[in-house]
Amino acid sequence: MLFNLFNFTKRNIFLLALLLLASPFMQADWFALNMTRGSTDISNEVFELHMLIFWICVAIGVVVFSVMFYSMWAHTKKKNPIPAKFHENHKLEIAWTIIPFLILIAMAVPASKTLVKIYDDEAGDINIQVTGYQWKWQYRYLEDDVSFFSNLSTDLDEIYNLVPKGENYLQEVDEMVVIPAGKKVRFLITANDVIHSWWLPAFAIKQDAIPGFVNTAWTIVDEPGIYRGKCTELCGKNHGFMPIVVKVVEQAEYDDWVFAKKQEAIKLAELTTKEWTAAELVERGESIYEVNCVACHQTSGQGISGIFPALAGSDIVMNNKDRNIEILMEGVQGAAMNSFSYLSEVELAAVITYTRQSWGNAEKGDGEIVIPKDIVDYKEPKI
Amino acid sequence: MSAVIENHHDDHDHGPAKGITRWLYTTNHKDIGTLYLWFSFAMFLIGGAMAMIIRAELFQPGMQIVEPEFYNQMITLHGLIMIFGGVMPAFVGLANWLVPMMIGAPDMALPRMNNLSFWILPFAFFILLSSLFMEGGAPNFGWTFYAPLSTTYAPPSVTFFIFSVHIMGASSIMGAINVVVTIMNMRAPGVTLMKMPLFVWSWLITAYLLIAVMPVLAGAVTMMLMDIHFGTSFFNAAGGGDPVLFQHIFWFFGHPEVYIMILPAFGIVSHIIETFSRKQLFGYSSMVWAMLSIAILSFVVWAHHMFTVGLPLAAEIFFMWATMLIAVPTGVKVFNWVATMFRGSLTFETPMLFAVAFVVLFTIGGLSGLMLAIVPADFQYHDTYFVVAHFHYVLVPGAIFSIMAAVYYWIPKWSGNMYDERLGKLHFWLSFIGVNVTFFPQHFIGLAGMPRRYPDYALIFADWNMVSSIGAFLFGFSQLLFLFIVIKTVMGGKKATDQVWEGAKGLEWTVASPAPYHTFSTPPKVD
Repeated sequence: MLFNLFNFTKRNIFLLALLLLASPFMQADWFALNMTRGSTDISNEVFELHMLIFWICVAIGVVVFSVMFYSMWAHTKKKNPIPAKFHENHKLEIAWTIIPFLILIAMAVPASKTLVKIYDDEAGDINIQVTGYQWKWQYRYLEDDVSFFSNLSTDLDEIYNLVPKGENYLQEVDEMVVIPAGKKVRFLITANDVIHSWWLPAFAIKQDAIPGFVNTAWTIVDEPGIYRGKCTELCGKNHGFMPIVVKVVEQAEYDDWVFAKKQEAIKLAELTTKEWTAAELVERGESIYEVNCVACHQTSGQGISGIFPALAGSDIVMNNKDRNIEILMEGVQGAAMNSFSYLSEVELAAVITYTRQSWGNAEKGDGEIVIPKDIVDYKEPKI
Repeated sequence: MSAVIENHHDDHDHGPAKGITRWLYTTNHKDIGTLYLWFSFAMFLIGGAMAMIIRAELFQPGMQIVEPEFYNQMITLHGLIMIFGGVMPAFVGLANWLVPMMIGAPDMALPRMNNLSFWILPFAFFILLSSLFMEGGAPNFGWTFYAPLSTTYAPPSVTFFIFSVHIMGASSIMGAINVVVTIMNMRAPGVTLMKMPLFVWSWLITAYLLIAVMPVLAGAVTMMLMDIHFGTSFFNAAGGGDPVLFQHIFWFFGHPEVYIMILPAFGIVSHIIETFSRKQLFGYSSMVWAMLSIAILSFVVWAHHMFTVGLPLAAEIFFMWATMLIAVPTGVKVFNWVATMFRGSLTFETPMLFAVAFVVLFTIGGLSGLMLAIVPADFQYHDTYFVVAHFHYVLVPGAIFSIMAAVYYWIPKWSGNMYDERLGKLHFWLSFIGVNVTFFPQHFIGLAGMPRRYPDYALIFADWNMVSSIGAFLFGFSQLLFLFIVIKTVMGGKKATDQVWEGAKGLEWTVASPAPYHTFSTPPKVD
């Protein structure tokens, strides 16, 4: 390249200019112009439908605009000083009412047919309850009693431009939904707080996750692989930061995964009866706090003035252990604080202890720790 | 009583009062029209500044300029201000100036209410904008304010937002009643309904839509208020309420609302195309019927904004077909404009450039709207940038271009001066290029999969977002040129004739330029 620079022939300059011009095009995504073909029969059908309507719209546009542009070119005051006198022509007016109507029917019929296929309420081979939370997704495998949360795993430093962004920037999670290839998977979609929407473009599924409602959607994916989607209903400040990642695997691999998840659950249950020290709980609590609490209460525990209360220096956090547990279990009525009762006893005890021990709270307050057994006791029916 | 009338008769010919009280106490339709237009211009610039912040943040992936909380406040206020502060008051201002002059009436029928309906508006927007400085920030739940994000999970300023929406609604309803009463009762003899200029027709229909749906919006925000402060659970699932109910109510208001923002534009563009084609409008009565059909259909299509909430199959199919049906009367309008131009004697002054751009770009927005009506495809388009591109195509080069066209077309009549044609054309071309560079790539971004209301995005969307932002800055700063042109024209310039445009027809062109403070004190004779 350098060699070329010193050989200023016209051709080389031309090539260099071309390279410079083309370089952003080569490394970048100027060609991300259209919907991508789907990965299931339904999403392929939707893609075909999209292209059909698109080309019909283009054709309508071309016809209408060419008449108009012709007129703008040919019928200027210069070329046509005396305007024509015609107006109203019933035949023409009937034609331009009926013809669009027929075109519309030609579009609506295939669309309705596809829609009927999508609306299939039969149970799937595998049924997964998807619950939207501010700002993460929970997946519960109804047949297998497997349940977990899926959080954005992109580093904050990438978001704030402190380190280069990775390939799957904002499209990666700490735990993927795993489903088997070739099986009918049904998603039962709902939400715990505000409305979210579960969108997986490759499956052509977009269903709103609404508190108090269960919406369904289903898919059969033949090709193993990783498929990425997003939340598409404004759900608060981290709406753009709760992606969806589905991993499609062969049946055998899926069975192994389910088995491993069940083992994990058993191990977690054992932790509940273990003797805990304050340091162990704080250490464990910190990571839980980072995933579940920082969005509102902030790393500093200061919250956001006027919306999210501070935990640092809070009287309840420092001195009222029972109320502390109650708030995490039940949420606060009429406020953004939801119940976190879906966390395990260990996680709850750890995160409460963490907030009671951090930011100088231990020194200013009673400094007591909460152990998993406290949570178990709370859950026992009260007499 | 008679003494009062005689006294008044003595100063019959005097002009407006002097000083600030002229504007505070005025009951003159021209003054109130001017107030509305300047107010909407101010709101357009404020809402536009917010759009600049949004596009600056989206210039590159990553968070650079604002935090996600503030970003959400910006998208919410941008939408609310542009709709309720920019487009709607501009159309009301045009109605105030033009409807009485077009039908040969001396003023609006209810002048004091006219004053009131304008002067409560600045307070509504003062309240709304003041929420930016409140603890917890401004409303951050999008201009569609879906519950429960806007109720249980809203910042405390939501109560101020509700109050502000109530005031805007009251203003709109008063304005609409005034328009209906004026048109129904004050037409000069001979101006029958089917002889009314199309702008008057478009506003008559718009006014009825406003009267029908603004109370629905008021109901929705009142239910929110009850949920937030008085322990009801209209939209709270935990209390037995229904979050989807909110969306039904909102869009029952919201869909007619979008036609409220486009019908007057249809009227304006019809006049301008007729004038600069020097040829009679191709089909007057079919234009009226098309507007009426669009207005009626607007009440039975609201759920097409809600295809993904889990409606039953029958409802999805009904709303899809009903929505597609709107394409028929809309097509009739576009064909009519083209047929009016066909074999006319065309010139392209600034108003005509904006009107022609309106027809082309509004049609593009209409065609993408047709695509959005196809439910299975909408599952992919819904809440992506494709939708953002669609509604900005119908609102910016649609509604807003029509308002700009109207300003260039009628400002010689209002001010008595011609605007600078060279600058007007420059403003047009900058706006035209800016609008397309901003919003056309958003179709690509949306189809490629970027959801709307995202402060940050995956790397695949980076290039076209950057292009879109550059276009937005171009469009945004071009509007300062518009401000300059308007001020320059008001201050002075070549004197306009009474007729102003060679091909202009209608009563407003029969009065002097600038239009005298009182016109048609005695009704004109119309055959």
